[in-house]
Amino acid sequence: MGILRRNLTAYGFLCAALACFAVFAWYPMVREFVLSFQKTDLINPPEWVGLDNFTAAVQDPAFGEAWLNTVEFTLLALLCGYAVPFVVALVLNELRHARAYLRFVVYLPVMLPPIVAVLLFRWFYDPGPGLFNQVLGAVGLPPLAWLDSSSTALISLVLVSTWMNMGSATLIYLAALQNIPPELYEAAELDGAGILKRVRHVTIPQTRLILLLMLMLQIVATMQVFIEPYMLTGGGPENATVSVAYLMYQFAFSQMNYGQAGALGMMLMLALLVFAALQLRTTREDQA
Amino acid sequence: MTSATDVRPATRRRAGKARAPKPIHVQFRTIVSPHQLNSRWGRRIYWLVLVAVIVVFTLAFVFPLYWMITGAMKTPEEIAEMPPSLFPAHPTTDAFAEAWDLFDIGTLLANTVYYALGAWLFSMAVDVTAAYALSKLRPMFGNVILGAMLATLMIPPMVILIPLYVTIVDLGLLNNPWGLWFPAAANGFNIFLLKRFFDSIPRELIEAAQIDGAGPVRVLWSVVLPVSRPILGVVSIFTIVTAFKDFVLPLLVMTDSEKMTISVGLSQTAGAVTQNQVMGGLVIAGIPMIIVFFVFQRHIMAGLTAGSIKG
Repeated sequence: MGILRRNLTAYGFLCAALACFAVFAWYPMVREFVLSFQKTDLINPPEWVGLDNFTAAVQDPAFGEAWLNTVEFTLLALLCGYAVPFVVALVLNELRHARAYLRFVVYLPVMLPPIVAVLLFRWFYDPGPGLFNQVLGAVGLPPLAWLDSSSTALISLVLVSTWMNMGSATLIYLAALQNIPPELYEAAELDGAGILKRVRHVTIPQTRLILLLMLMLQIVATMQVFIEPYMLTGGGPENATVSVAYLMYQFAFSQMNYGQAGALGMMLMLALLVFAALQLRTTREDQA
Repeated sequence: MTSATDVRPATRRRAGKARAPKPIHVQFRTIVSPHQLNSRWGRRIYWLVLVAVIVVFTLAFVFPLYWMITGAMKTPEEIAEMPPSLFPAHPTTDAFAEAWDLFDIGTLLANTVYYALGAWLFSMAVDVTAAYALSKLRPMFGNVILGAMLATLMIPPMVILIPLYVTIVDLGLLNNPWGLWFPAAANGFNIFLLKRFFDSIPRELIEAAQIDGAGPVRVLWSVVLPVSRPILGVVSIFTIVTAFKDFVLPLLVMTDSEKMTISVGLSQTAGAVTQNQVMGGLVIAGIPMIIVFFVFQRHIMAGLTAGSIKG
């Protein structure tokens, strides 16, 4: 009787969470699968269309470009958003002054609503009176077209994205660096290792787990890039900044074709699950 | 000219003797050894790097915000000037007042705060009870349920955005705050953090309360919650900040202009007003979060590393 009562009370406590998860987290995954085989505009009753949504999504003129852009964006964002915070954290960890100020300042953009960062940078990118071209002009460099040219638009989006997101990665690395036992550095130094060798043979192996974890998290996060193309370029110029998530949004809300959006969502989910599985494997390896 | 160069070495020598170089205090040893750091060149390079980092960080992270605030204080003519002025010639707060009226920021801000506080209250109620049940009451299949909740963390939010939206439409929750609050409560990370903290509460504490005749509700309210204040603080702040910053789901769910959040409202109107008015709107939208950061800085920094570094 004790067991039964304990279970009843436990499920009493759990029921609200179970309902929320069931309807708003677990069911949508199933719904996405179902949706991807249906044609629906949410007004007329849905009809089954087999794989039509997948073929239509693949045949969309922006499909290939969207994946290429997403991969390119992810790689560029890794370069900026993954390597830069680590180097920044390495340097910050060496400094003995102004630590509180520097940590505060680097995290400040993370606190701002993304729309603030994005609209602020839209003004900076303005080819005329925008801050960036004015600074370039002041140091005697030619102006850039930023968001208006297909060659610089994508990197411009990466720049905003890095600015507003790098704070959290930096602080996480900084915390990891502070956990490295100082004896390791002393031993390495006694063995005659210079500064670069100490970074390579002590710092990086000691922070390997968190580095791998952040790599995967960052790939998954940047592959969903949406607000930057939505607000800054609308996917243009010439589809140069269409991301998969943005294309999905367009399928659903410009073409009112939720099934096709669901099909693209399934593809994105599969791609990301591969990364998630890799992440799980690397974490497990490290624990073993 | 010449006298100046003659004098300088003398003063420097005197100054050098008066105060011996203060060693840079090293609390924890890092890559550079304290010895290297306090060598003649080590110290010079250290100060050089320090100043460079402070300057670069200020330019990169503070100056854009300065530019935003001063941009809002310029007139529409001045803000379009080339080259731009570093300080507003005639600082005015007109743009803030104009932005307030044009964007209807009072309503937007009230909506956003209402949604964020509602999301906070509802998800705390749901997630705390669930984490308590999973941690202390240990029902059958508890681990399966926890696993299924954590598995949702693997699914990126953008991927299930469309079916989530469809579900919200089916339930008739468009333009209803519950359309934001229900999904906010289905947060596996909150449950994970809370459960891990509850697991660390000693069994004796709870058994003592049970012997005194306290039921599970009483134990949760009078024993578990009071000792869990640190984690409740961290989870609360992150829930509120996330809800306040959220863009995509409110964009889809709260479409009535009277019900929009501030982020969505700004995104819809920004194209139709002048640049200084946009900046005024951005400043107003950014201030609440900056205040939260000033006040709860320690909690936020602690929470940031709570999830990532285990044990």
